Amino acid sequence: MKIAVLMRVVPDPVEELEIEGHDLDRDFLGYVLNEFDDHALEEGLLLKEDTGGSLTAYAIGTADEVEQMLHTAIAKGADEAKMLGEEIEAIDAHAQAATFTNAIRDSGFDLILSGVQAADELDGQVPMLVAAALGIPHMSVVVGTTPQGEGLRVTKEYWGGITAEYQVTLPAVLGVQTAREAPRYVAVARIKQAQDSGALESVDLVQPDPAGRIRITEMRLPDIGDGAEMIEGDEEAAAERVYEILSSAGVV
Amino acid sequence: MANILVYAEHLNGEITDASFELIALARGLVSSTDGNVEATIIGTGAIALADQLGGADTILVGETDALGEFNPQGHAAVFTDLISRRQPDICLVPYTSIGMDVASVAAAASDLPLASYCLSVDIQSGLTATCQLYGGKVEVDVEIDGDRAIFAMLSGCASADQGRSGGAGVVESIDVAVPDLGISFLSLSEPEGGDVDITAEEVLVAIGRGIESEDNIEEAQGLADAMGAALGASRPIIDQGWLPKSRQVGKSGLSVKPKVYLALGISGAPEHLEGMRDSATIIAVNSDPQAPIFGVAHYGWVGDIFDFMPELTDRLEG
Ligand SMILES: Cc1cc2nc3c(=O)[nH]c(=O)nc-3n(C[C@H](O)[C@H](O)[C@H](O)COP(=O)(O)OP(=O)(O)OC[C@H]3O[C@@H](n4cnc5c(N)ncnc54)[C@H](O)[C@@H]3O)c2cc1C
Ligand SMILES: Nc1ncnc2c1ncn2[C@@H]1O[C@H](COP(=O)(O)O)[C@@H](O)[C@H]1O
Repeated sequence: MKIAVLMRVVPDPVEELEIEGHDLDRDFLGYVLNEFDDHALEEGLLLKEDTGGSLTAYAIGTADEVEQMLHTAIAKGADEAKMLGEEIEAIDAHAQAATFTNAIRDSGFDLILSGVQAADELDGQVPMLVAAALGIPHMSVVVGTTPQGEGLRVTKEYWGGITAEYQVTLPAVLGVQTAREAPRYVAVARIKQAQDSGALESVDLVQPDPAGRIRITEMRLPDIGDGAEMIEGDEEAAAERVYEILSSAGVV
Repeated sequence: MANILVYAEHLNGEITDASFELIALARGLVSSTDGNVEATIIGTGAIALADQLGGADTILVGETDALGEFNPQGHAAVFTDLISRRQPDICLVPYTSIGMDVASVAAAASDLPLASYCLSVDIQSGLTATCQLYGGKVEVDVEIDGDRAIFAMLSGCASADQGRSGGAGVVESIDVAVPDLGISFLSLSEPEGGDVDITAEEVLVAIGRGIESEDNIEEAQGLADAMGAALGASRPIIDQGWLPKSRQVGKSGLSVKPKVYLALGISGAPEHLEGMRDSATIIAVNSDPQAPIFGVAHYGWVGDIFDFMPELTDRLEG
C-alpha cells in the first residue's frame, strides 16, 4: 500500500496569542505539529507495517518547525518526506488543499491520510477538500483502520461513543481523529540520523491562487473570563476559595 | 430574500440537537426577509423522522436504504445534487462527525464558498459570519464574496428547543440518485458501559493534557476522592489510554451537567465545552490566562494545577 500523510504545523496552543491586523502576530510565534496529523501519521505507519508498502509525509512551508516535523516523521518510519514550496501566508485551507493536491495527484497513492481538522481551517477541512479535488471516497473522524481484502475496514466515530464500521475501496482520503495506538515516540538520536538521511526533499511548487472567497474583516481575542469570578492570590488562597464554593454548592 | 437549506443529520433513529439548532438559526435569519427555510433529511428512516422538522417550511426527504446509517461519500453526493437542484442561497450544516463529511465536499463540488467553525451568521448586509479559530482562542468576523455560501456551524449556535417546536412544514419526497460508492456502511456499535457513569455524578473533577503524564492521574484521583467526586477527562487523556472512554467529556464523548465541574489543565476547545458548558457551577484552573475554558467558567484561577491539587486536597481532608 502506497500511503501519503499530509501534515501541518499550527501555532503552539500553549502560547499566548497576539493579533496584528487581520492575522496573528506571527513574529515570535512557535509552531507545533497539528495533533490530529500526528495521529494520521501513526495510523499510516501502522498500516505500512501491516501491509508493507511505503509512506511519504508531505508538509507545506519552509520554517524550521516544518523541517523538524518531517525529520521526526522520517525517524518514526516514513520512507520519504517532501517539503512543499513556500509559506502560505494567509489562513486559507483551500490554498493548502490545492497545494497538497498538486503535489500528490500523479503519484498513484492508494491512501491519503491527514488529521481530521486543524485549528486554523477557517474555510474547510483540508483532507476533505483534497478528496473533493481528486474525486475519491472520503471519511472524517476516523479512529482506526484494518487492511481488508483490496481495501480497508475503517472505524468512524460519532458522538456519545457511538462508532460505525465501513468497508472502503482505495484510493481514498481519511481524516484521522485518533490512531488505533497512541502516537509513538522516537529518540532524538534517530531524528538526528533522519536529518542526515537525505530522505527529506524540498519541492518547489507554484502555489495555486488562494480561493480568496472568504475574507477576514476582524480578528480578536474573545473576552475570556468576563463572566467568571477570577480568584486572586496564591494556590492556598485559591484552594480556600474553591473550598467555600464547594461548601455553598452543598457538595462538601 | 434568502432561501436557506438546512442539512438535518440523524443517527440511530434520532435527529441531533445540532440539526434543530440550525432550524432555529435559519428561522431567525429569514424572519427579517421573506425567505424560505428548507430542511433535508437523507437516508434510512428519513420519512419516519421528517415530521420532527416541522420548523422548516419544506422538508425534503430522501429515503433510501442504499447508504446505511450514514455514508460519508453517499450523503455528500446526495446533498450536492440537492444543492444543484434547489439552488439555495445559504446552506447550514452542523460541524459534527456527520457534517464534517458533508460540508467541505459539497462546497467544493458545488463551487460554493464555505465558512467553518461558525458561531453565528448574518445576512443583513452581504453574507457574514463569526467563527472560532485556534481551539476557541481567537474569534474572527468574515465576509463572503458573493451571495451564496455554506456555513458549518458549531454546536450551541441557537436553541435546539426552539428549532424542535412548532411549525407545519410541508414534507416532500426527493429522488435520491446514489452514485457508485467506494464506501459501504457495515454496522453501528454503541459504547460499552464503564465502571462509573459520569453523566450521573453530582461532582466531577475533569483533567486535561495539563496533567502531563499517566503517573499524575493518581494525584487527581486523590483530589476527586477527597471531594466525593468522579474523575472525567478531555479527549487526549482517553486517546493516550490513561482513562477509559467512559470518562470522556465532550463532542465525541459524553455530555455532563453536574452540580460542580472542576476543570484542571483543560484548555476549553469547543469540542470539550460542548459536553460540559451546562454544568451548574464550573471552576477552572489553568496556567494560561487566555484559555477558553475561562469563557464558560463561573470561577477561575490562573495557576499550576500541581500547586493547586495538593492544597485543595489538604483543605478537604484537613
Ligand atoms: C471530531 C472531534 C471530536 C472531539 N471530541 C472531543 C471530546 O469529546 N472531548 C474533548 O475533550 N475533546 C474532543 N476533541 C479534541 C479537542 O479538539 C481538543 O483537542 C481537546 O479538547 C484538548 O484537550 P485538553 O484541553 O486537555 O488539551 P489542551 O488543549 O492541550 O490543553 C491543555 C491545557 O492545560 C493547561 N496546562 C498545562 N499544564 C498546566 C499546569 N501544570 N497547570 C495548569 N494548566 C496547565 C494549558 O494551558 C492548556 O490550556 C475532539 C476533536 C475532534 C476533531
Ligand atoms: N522524547 C521524545 N522523543 C522523540 N520525539 C518526541 C519526544 N517527545 C515528543 N516527541 C515528538 O516530537 C515532536 C516534537 O516534540 P518537541 O521536541 O517536544 O517539540 C512532537 O510532536 C512529538 O510527537
